Amino acid sequence: MSQPENAELVMRLKAGDQAAFAQLVEENASKIYGLALRMMGNETDAEDVLQETFLSAFKAIDQFEERSSLSTWLYRIASNAALMRLRRKEPELVSVDEPVETDDGDLMPRQFFDFCCLPEDYLMRGEAREELARAIEELPPTLRSVFVLRDIEGFSTEETADTLDLSISAVKSRLMRARLKLRERLSVYFSQGPVIAETRSGS
Amino acid sequence: MTGAEHHHHHHHTGQDPAECRRYLESLSDYVDGALSEDLCRELETHMSSCENCRVVVNTLSKTVTLYQQLPSPDIPSDVKQRLYKVLDISPFYEPGSPTADAPSATATE
Repeated sequence: MSQPENAELVMRLKAGDQAAFAQLVEENASKIYGLALRMMGNETDAEDVLQETFLSAFKAIDQFEERSSLSTWLYRIASNAALMRLRRKEPELVSVDEPVETDDGDLMPRQFFDFCCLPEDYLMRGEAREELARAIEELPPTLRSVFVLRDIEGFSTEETADTLDLSISAVKSRLMRARLKLRERLSVYFSQGPVIAETRSGS
Repeated sequence: MTGAEHHHHHHHTGQDPAECRRYLESLSDYVDGALSEDLCRELETHMSSCENCRVVVNTLSKTVTLYQQLPSPDIPSDVKQRLYKVLDISPFYEPGSPTADAPSATATE
């Protein structure tokens, strides 16, 4: 968080040092692109978000207050850029306000195939990984953004709330709904897989 | 949630959907280990007689684990090169290894 390198890098950034900007990009571009790709679900939008993030960061570096690490700050900019873009694309799906949390009827589980003990190499093979990625893309953006930060990027509930400007309870509620939806979908997917996998699950 | 709920458990019939629904919103907190002790005990009592909820909890937890294990996508080198171009800065070179990561001039297209 306040490693000397970080402080030194911030100083150089604020002084407009080109090499420092290059270092910032080199150290963070990959993570930010990953976040953007998960949030946006396609490479073109992810690249736009990536560029926008660093352009904004370069412009706003004077306002960086060192309360967080540089990478957390970049994540915040990137999440906002992604959400703005999603809002433009699907305005009805991303409300700035807390959504009216009604109708959770569709959350009631319908799939009870216990895929949890299938062999790892089956659960994580290439095709399954693609299915995992597709499943996130089909989440409504409000749920997706919370799920991506919380469960994929490993943010805490508080950090997620802070980054997305949501209350703790909204984060928890959206995370719950995202997870249940994904579970439902993965259950369908894995239950259609080769039954042979089940017999190998030994331990 | 209403405040004072005092339920005593005498259910031997597990798969009562209304009962399962009561716990639905707690399952996510449960797999995070973030459920209050009381609710946690209640849910576990329920699960001991409800196969469906056991499966949902197992697979919910597995869903989270699978996503945590999902390798993060790599940034394609052309995306990175365009980023440097848009930002109008030269790519970063590790001090001491001036050729590391140099954009290769293998012209595509």
